Amino acid sequence: MAIDKDTARRVAHLARIRVEETELETLARELSGILEFMEQLAEVDVEGVEPMTSVTPMALKRRKDEVTDGGIRDKILANAPDARDGFFTVPKVVE
Amino acid sequence: MSDLTRLTIAEARDLLRARKISAAELVEASLAAIEAAAPLNAAVEITAEQARDAARRADARLAEGDAPDMCGIPIGVKDLFCTEGVRSQAASRILEGFRPPYESTVTAQLRDAGAAMTCKLNMDEFAMGSSNETSCYGPAVNPWRARGSDARLTPGGSSGGSAAAVAAGLCLGATGTDTGGSIRQPAAFAGIVGVKPTYGRCSRWGIMAFASSLDQAGPMTRTVRDAAIMLRAMSGHDPRDSTSADMPVPDFEAALTGDLRGKRIGVPREYRMEGMPPEIEALWARGAEMLRDAGAELVDISLPHTKYALPAYYVIAPAEASSNLARYDGVRYGRRAKLAPGDGVTEMYEKTRAEGFGPEVRRRVMIGAYVLSAGYYDAYYLRAQKVRTLIKRDFEQVFEQGVDAILTPTTPSPAFELGAMAEQDPVKMYLNDVFTVTVNLAGLPGVSVPAGLSAEGLPLGLQVIGRPWEEGPMMNVAYAIERAAGFDARPERWW
Repeated sequence: MAIDKDTARRVAHLARIRVEETELETLARELSGILEFMEQLAEVDVEGVEPMTSVTPMALKRRKDEVTDGGIRDKILANAPDARDGFFTVPKVVE
Repeated sequence: MSDLTRLTIAEARDLLRARKISAAELVEASLAAIEAAAPLNAAVEITAEQARDAARRADARLAEGDAPDMCGIPIGVKDLFCTEGVRSQAASRILEGFRPPYESTVTAQLRDAGAAMTCKLNMDEFAMGSSNETSCYGPAVNPWRARGSDARLTPGGSSGGSAAAVAAGLCLGATGTDTGGSIRQPAAFAGIVGVKPTYGRCSRWGIMAFASSLDQAGPMTRTVRDAAIMLRAMSGHDPRDSTSADMPVPDFEAALTGDLRGKRIGVPREYRMEGMPPEIEALWARGAEMLRDAGAELVDISLPHTKYALPAYYVIAPAEASSNLARYDGVRYGRRAKLAPGDGVTEMYEKTRAEGFGPEVRRRVMIGAYVLSAGYYDAYYLRAQKVRTLIKRDFEQVFEQGVDAILTPTTPSPAFELGAMAEQDPVKMYLNDVFTVTVNLAGLPGVSVPAGLSAEGLPLGLQVIGRPWEEGPMMNVAYAIERAAGFDARPERWW
């Protein structure tokens, strides 16, 4: 299935990656090429086959639902590009 | 370069325990080798202070006489592993300056076993690539050169810095990670050994996630024995990774006898690809001969869905990546794009991710978003997961028929020139993973072992695929190849 310019724009937005209008054609062509390669999967008879959900057969371990960590606010904020007064800072969301 | 950097881990271990050398000397030799190897661009961060501290602690433990195998061994760590207080950025601009406040489980285990990290190693950005060329640091360079040529070759990818560092003697072993072949392909290109363990053998905690159902950490070393020693130190259950297996870690080294009597080794006919270079085919046949000489029975096997592994992988891996990489949003760590007046949160995300991710990562994240999006999920993602079931079943059936391990080439070619793929379409690069990717999809262990040189004098690797949790017997098959091939070629130093 070929990807057109509009789909490329939509996919870029879904992925939250800014793509300039002038680059959308190229992107659409690249993505189409990759998808074409994946088209081979349509040849496989998957009737009655379960999709893989676990790589090795194992039951997921459970643990007590309790706090095991915490009290490390400054460590968590240390790598933030912008943090003030103990918070992550982002552009204004609500007017 | 001092001889200390040419020791194997096993040799160094024995010399350290005999107190004939010290961890401090080994670490200094590693640091000097790294310093002198700038043209290889393998190390992206040199951790001299930490390494010297680790060496001091190791020497104290060695003096007490109860040092574990890895105690005092200088190692390199792929930039994908979070290392406490040390820049860890997955070779991506988006994690510029990121210093994790914690240590990954695998590197913590190596540290606790006494290993001394001397450097962080170059890689493809977020482990997406097969040539190290997607790195924000520029590519690592293979210490090997084709005979009579000074063209710079790729060390492979994504663990290319690890492969180059180990082959060039910058450290005695290195950690790698393997999602579709990222340990085995570079190991083959650099003439070293690389092990991708069974999914769940090593904890993924603290390793930046690419595709969580495929990623596994593993050792990259100069010999099979060294890989066995290092893997043991890296393995084991971790409550912080719910997919890590709660089962005992065997002494992998004890499995290395070289005796393959009574073993059945499968040779899959579907791996005989059209257009396979004759020298790869000849190497494969020689490998089979070596195993026969070691007492194994070689059997023809069929893995009928092999052809669909690569397209299934290039649906599943980007889908998981698009989800995993959603966290890089310019808020909690790394880089944030400069915003224009009036830009809101969406612009911050979009600009940050556009300038923070390189072209290949952007491509894969977008492909992932597409195959997971409404209307395409069933056609691509769900279908790929069904094909994955079939690929795994192919292997299960072969193992049920009594096959102990499978022999294939590791790569369709020796190392290629840096830049050679620049004008190619992305799919061409993906073909590098054709022999390795099935192993990740099925969650199996695989090892690449150097088995010979190409006509141009470049290393070629053979891959042994094992049964789940049977890394020991698998490495024993690789060990038989290593002994028979007597591969002791080294890159001639030009850097």
